[in-house]
Amino acid sequence: MLNCVYRLIAPRSIEPVQLEVSSEDAAAVAVRPTHLSICNADMRYYLGTRGADVLARKLPMALIHEGIGRVLRDPSGTFAPRQRVVMLPNNPHEIDPFIAENYLRSSEFCGSGFDGFMQECLYLPARRVLALPEGIDDETAAFTEIVSVAMHAVTRFEAIAHARRDCVGVWGDGNLGYIVALILRMRYPSMRIVVVGRNAHKLADFTFADETYTSYELPASLRVDHAFECCGGDGAAAAIDQIIDAVQPEGTVSLLGVSENPVPVNTRMVLEKGLRLFGSSRSGRADFEAVVSLYREKPEVLDYLSLLVGDVVPVRSVADMTRAFEADLRKAMGKTIMEWRV
Amino acid sequence: MSGSVKRNAYAAILAGGSGTRMGNSEKPKQFLMLGSKPVLVHTVEKFCLAGSFDEVIVLCPEAWLRQTRDLLRKYSPAFADEVTVIAGGATRNDTVMAAVRYVEGRCESVADAVLVTHDAVRPFVSQRIIEENIEAARAHGACDTVFPATDTIVESRDAGTISAIPNRSVLYQGQTPQSFNLAKLKELMLGLTEDEKSILTDACKIFVLRGEKVALVRGDSSNMKITYPQDMRLASALLEG
Repeated sequence: MLNCVYRLIAPRSIEPVQLEVSSEDAAAVAVRPTHLSICNADMRYYLGTRGADVLARKLPMALIHEGIGRVLRDPSGTFAPRQRVVMLPNNPHEIDPFIAENYLRSSEFCGSGFDGFMQECLYLPARRVLALPEGIDDETAAFTEIVSVAMHAVTRFEAIAHARRDCVGVWGDGNLGYIVALILRMRYPSMRIVVVGRNAHKLADFTFADETYTSYELPASLRVDHAFECCGGDGAAAAIDQIIDAVQPEGTVSLLGVSENPVPVNTRMVLEKGLRLFGSSRSGRADFEAVVSLYREKPEVLDYLSLLVGDVVPVRSVADMTRAFEADLRKAMGKTIMEWRV
Repeated sequence: MSGSVKRNAYAAILAGGSGTRMGNSEKPKQFLMLGSKPVLVHTVEKFCLAGSFDEVIVLCPEAWLRQTRDLLRKYSPAFADEVTVIAGGATRNDTVMAAVRYVEGRCESVADAVLVTHDAVRPFVSQRIIEENIEAARAHGACDTVFPATDTIVESRDAGTISAIPNRSVLYQGQTPQSFNLAKLKELMLGLTEDEKSILTDACKIFVLRGEKVALVRGDSSNMKITYPQDMRLASALLEG
């Protein structure tokens, strides 16, 4: 079986390559991607803002780890032809009783050292494919993966944070901050959710939060029981600093934002308050399943998520792929979706 | 076909070439190895995987029927049972007509059946091209897969001097698949005179000459045809790894 894979070979340069599918893969579930969503991590590769050593090690590589598709064929009979599914980007090779699949160093992740979803057809074991309920808008379903990342963070919070959860702060007014705050709202209807960001116009869209503040106008008296940091990049240091000041003693700080450079942390105050800082990254099958259950049980979450759909770019050629990535570069917020027709 | 969704669509893989252009080899070029499988098997797998066809039919020279079935069983056991191998004809027209006759005896409704014909020696055809062929043939009655011409095309009527240089911006290189409404294709092919049959080697051209519209489906530069020995080297080079 031949399969065309669209790999980033250098910053801003995508090239198709033909691969022969192994007989092992040919026996897996064949999924034709239909809607792919661009993540900031993809953009860092596309623009070449990852370190030169990382680019040299990981490229050429097909990008994208958020997407949905339709099953073309499944020899195992688990999925029906044309069934709409979400693809799971994490590929674990072992099961560990203590370490989740997304933290195992042996796991492979699409679009990070291994080819992502920008392919004519994907060949995935059934455990990396999940059926989607009907009735969900394709463009919204396309970024189910980032919703699963937020779900994973909230699930970890539930396992680690102490039980006083009256007020939780979310730092970050981007897509991830929006989705984390939204999942908290769905899980905890009476929780006081405070969102802190840099842009008042973005914060205005967090209509489900109880309070929103710009980081420049944060009341000195604000106290939260626990906090989520969803900023990353240059904003991570300032956000973590602010969180450490605002969070109550013995509170938890979930770190979700990705930074290219080391981030200074006020450890003196972490010690004084006895805070627990923990990382949360990517997701596993259980998180995807929890998201699909949430879609079923609380369909209003989809209304909120659908507001994140930004440019929807039909993609039939490499030139269209480039157009989609350049469109994502210009956006203020939201998700750029590639309607995948290659 | 198991695992497919019935759409009254049929794929005809035209593997009728004698292969005399492959240097000293007498073997038809669709049987040469590309990576770990013969070219023909790669092509057939693309159409089987699409899951859009009621049946995938391979039309090959009568002498190669057994070998073709053997190769499919050996190199594509998962799909071999879903493929029907029948004899093509002496010419491309005859082979297409053999496909028409086979399909009309199998389909539920000739009036809206779609026949997607494809060269066996174009293994890099994409799922997009296959999907768009079915859609275009369904919507317009006929379609041709084309790619904008990159070389300047020169016309010479005496084989010695240029008679015209057509505007390249309106020229396309024909690829395959070519796809048709089955009933319309049969009607037009049966209406050909013997003289017309000898010069009309392209089914889309028959439609055009009879004033029927043929829609364009955008092809791809990678949808190359393996015609000459050096094409085989190029195709192998396209395969990563």
